[in-house]
Amino acid sequence: MKVTIKVNGVERTGDVEPRVLLVDFLRSNLRLTGTHNGCDTSSCGVCTVLVDGEPVKSCTALAVQLEGRSITTVEGLAQGATLSAVQAGFHEEHGLQCGFCTPGMMLTGTALLERNPNPTEDEIRWAISGNICRCTGYMNIVKAIQHAAKVRAEAAAAKPGVPATVGAGGGE
Amino acid sequence: MLPAAFDYRAPASLTEALAILKQHGDEAKVMAGGQSLIPLLKLRFSRPELVVDIARIPDLNTIKREDADGHFAIGALARHVDIENSKELATAAPMLAEAAHWIADPLVRNRGTLVGSICHADPAGDWGSVVLAFGADIVATSQSGQRVIHAQDFFQGPFTTALNPDEIVTEVRIPVAKGHAGGAVQVELDGGKIAKVGIGLTAVGDRNIKAADAERHLHGKEPTDAVIAEAARLAAETAEPKDDARGSAAYKKDVVRVFVQRGLKTAVGRAREAR
Repeated sequence: MKVTIKVNGVERTGDVEPRVLLVDFLRSNLRLTGTHNGCDTSSCGVCTVLVDGEPVKSCTALAVQLEGRSITTVEGLAQGATLSAVQAGFHEEHGLQCGFCTPGMMLTGTALLERNPNPTEDEIRWAISGNICRCTGYMNIVKAIQHAAKVRAEAAAAKPGVPATVGAGGGE
Repeated sequence: MLPAAFDYRAPASLTEALAILKQHGDEAKVMAGGQSLIPLLKLRFSRPELVVDIARIPDLNTIKREDADGHFAIGALARHVDIENSKELATAAPMLAEAAHWIADPLVRNRGTLVGSICHADPAGDWGSVVLAFGADIVATSQSGQRVIHAQDFFQGPFTTALNPDEIVTEVRIPVAKGHAGGAVQVELDGGKIAKVGIGLTAVGDRNIKAADAERHLHGKEPTDAVIAEAARLAAETAEPKDDARGSAAYKKDVVRVFVQRGLKTAVGRAREAR
């Protein structure tokens, strides 16, 4: 059946069987392979995408359920060559080792900072409790999100109303 | 994992959804957030011919206080996160918000619903024990009208409920007490004595279990340490755990005793503060 979903700001239409999972629609139909498929049992969170700004596990959603909704994948975080604050935070704080969990971690972190721009360490750890890093790099993942919160706060103070982004490799 | 093929309908109204269920009966499966059903479909434990997605039906996502008899109505599409963040529930029925906080993880809570979870009726599901402890009413709607199923009659066995194939649970009614709850334990006090108590047990049997002997023991008594300890012992006797990789039956019974004792103390403390 026909399904139309806004993905990273662009309306995308596909013809899928109802049983097709959102993660497979994104990866196979739209060739957006930044969304990973890991445990496939809604445990690990590497398949995280934002649905209308909220992080959900795309291995446990049907594409047809998301008809008319707005989805952000990791490919939608950067603006051109400019990394988002959360992406820059992962770069600066070495928030990844193998990188497999990173898209999901960054999307969950992005949603957290939209809702709570200045989270405590405990709030960050609670927010990412549905995302597993098998390299166990949690210390730096938390630091990366804290770095992003700081960058966003500074950007908001400098230019009220302008979304926080920094250049790739910013801070060098 | 790819589920077996099924047809999919996303009705825009409750009337339309009930007509679809009437027509398809047992061959159809109702889906709200899909956080229990989709894993079953992927493992092919469930192979319905038709999935009826009720997520687009308006007005089912409400959490509202009904002043007439002081209960909260939790709609079929109210998500775990909505319950977790509800300021009104946090003061009126804190056990709900606290239980929601421990359901799965934050991402699953953004899609899953309380009603979907109890209809799934996993004996290891926390919401089953919570609705048992509250003595909640479950409202099932079909083309013939509404019927109210008491929580204690709703859970019939593993993944089995009292629902008919043509029914949708449209809301769960949570009675709101003057005193409050802790764990899956709900207590109301009257003159220092226990006027009303509910205790629900999770993952120690083929369904969520109401600890009725413990409730009877507590009723009308002042909740002293000795009374609470005896109630906790009775609750452990009511539990029907099995030996498995997670622990022996004897160990699980003792965990029930300890948790019920703690829960009762928390609930009694809150009920005293609320007076």
